[in-house]
Amino acid sequence: MVLLGELLSHYNYIVTIFLMVAGLYVVVARGNMIKKLVGLSLFQTSVYLLYLTPAKIVGGTAPILDPDYTVYSNPLPHVLILTAIVVGVATLALGLALVVRIREAYGTIEEDEIFSGNGNK
Amino acid sequence: MTAIGAHLPILVVLVPLIGALLAALCRRGWQGLSIAAIACAADVLFGIWMLQEVRATGQPLSYVMGGWAAPWGIEYRVDVLNAFIVVFVSAIGAVAMSFAGPSVTSEIDEDRQAWFYSMFLLCLAGLLGIAVTGDAFNIFVFLEISSLATYVLIAMGRDRRALLAAYQYLIVGTIGATFYVIGIGLLYLATGTLNLADMASRLGPVVAEDVRPVMAALAFVTVGISLKLALFPLHSWLPNAYAYAPSVATAFLAGTATKVAIYLLLRFFFAVFDPSLDFVSLPVDDILIIASVAAMFLASFSAVFETNAKRMLAYSSVGQVGYITLGIALANQDALTGAIVHLFNHAIMKTALFLALGAIFYRIGSVRIADLAGIGKKMPLTFAAFVIAGLGIIGVPGTAGFISKWYLAIGALESGNWLLVFLIVVSSAIAVAYIGRVIEAAWLREPSELAAKATEAPAAMLVPIWILAIATVYFGIDTRASADIAAEAARMLLRVVQ
Repeated sequence: MVLLGELLSHYNYIVTIFLMVAGLYVVVARGNMIKKLVGLSLFQTSVYLLYLTPAKIVGGTAPILDPDYTVYSNPLPHVLILTAIVVGVATLALGLALVVRIREAYGTIEEDEIFSGNGNK
Repeated sequence: MTAIGAHLPILVVLVPLIGALLAALCRRGWQGLSIAAIACAADVLFGIWMLQEVRATGQPLSYVMGGWAAPWGIEYRVDVLNAFIVVFVSAIGAVAMSFAGPSVTSEIDEDRQAWFYSMFLLCLAGLLGIAVTGDAFNIFVFLEISSLATYVLIAMGRDRRALLAAYQYLIVGTIGATFYVIGIGLLYLATGTLNLADMASRLGPVVAEDVRPVMAALAFVTVGISLKLALFPLHSWLPNAYAYAPSVATAFLAGTATKVAIYLLLRFFFAVFDPSLDFVSLPVDDILIIASVAAMFLASFSAVFETNAKRMLAYSSVGQVGYITLGIALANQDALTGAIVHLFNHAIMKTALFLALGAIFYRIGSVRIADLAGIGKKMPLTFAAFVIAGLGIIGVPGTAGFISKWYLAIGALESGNWLLVFLIVVSSAIAVAYIGRVIEAAWLREPSELAAKATEAPAAMLVPIWILAIATVYFGIDTRASADIAAEAARMLLRVVQ
């Protein structure tokens, strides 16, 4: 019971770590370039959760000066992750653009076909 | 003048950033080139200015963004080490730009040339941003700005394998940057701050009681940055990326990108984490020494058997990074001086080598060692500069490479490790083999089909190559501007330790 309670109270972190490892696994294990990018996105997204989970307080609001509210969420991680999302989108866009060009140049987006078919190392 | 002087740390980043925007609006290559050249030259001036100011006062320059005082706002903090990095990164950029004109015209389509310079400036802005900022998350943003620009620069190579190299670097580079963010997230949770100096002062007491998240953060940050600096087992992206990128991009990246990542490693090991954590609680130094020695030998061996001269130099870069990380791992005054001065010396020498190859590629359109046969007779001036810089990589006395290896060897002696001194000397012999192979082909063999038609490189290319070749010799003799500043930076880093 103690273990279960422990697990439940860390529910968000367990999801975060699962996403992190799953994303990294997809990047390593898949040869399809689009799937690799999906894995990479998953991996990056998990980090957003890692930042946001400890920053959010249940029932907390944005940090505004108002006598009605006394519980605030930490705004800094939220802002950081907004930046990280933008970076993630840019990376994904560039990655997909590269995949389009690779498909034009090689006619395939499977890594093993590219590496076996053209005799390059 | 004082109005500019007060804003130097931000100007260093803003000038190339605005330059990148302007270059993107240009239609012609030469317009982009002139913007890039002006931005680089301005940054060199700003860098030297900051370096002198910091050395004169002995105090770091602190610049608070938007008037929000540190540690709440973002602080740009420049000390001897960063100022030194800013100077040589922008100087390498300036030299690369003075070379770029004909090379870029021949390698990149007319309608994309302005974009090339725009990406180059973005990359420069990112690298200099990493160097000057004192905010951990800001570093991540600049890291990604420079990385994204780098992927595009690499993908602009003529060969279709450049696309593949860029894609692979994008995957590995993003994993590296994400590891770094995870580390920073853990550090933020442990300390509640993102300001590096503030973080360092809060980590001191935290280390004693609640050490586990901080240890995890150290591991994530170390692995993330190591991917970026191509530490030995994490270097797989580098050879292809350098081999297929346009010549100018390779020369610039080889001299600067990995160097700035190494600077980050220095900053985190000595100025953020308590060195008792890096080097006592965790065996970071032992791991680094093993990885460095492996790089010095295995990567250099790969270079010996490489048939493409650009890939060969790329493997050599991985090996040379090994010397630098070895100096970091030994962590005493002389070894650290050797590491920091090798950042500078290796940047000069490797950029000279890649620029010389760029000039050869401009003339014969190939950098395969078989095609380089006899090129030494056809392009004597270009190749003589290649030989001088090559001797520097080997570490021949009288060249800059000797100075860094000398300090490293003394540092290894100081730590009582005779074996390492022996390994530094033996691994230099491998450099003799790979540099010697190119020299043998170029000077002693009959000209290949391609080389037979070659003529000497244009003066616009020879001048920057020779500036770097002469610098290789100059900094091997007069070390006031290199080793003395490096020693000062090493003292500053180690003062935090004591």
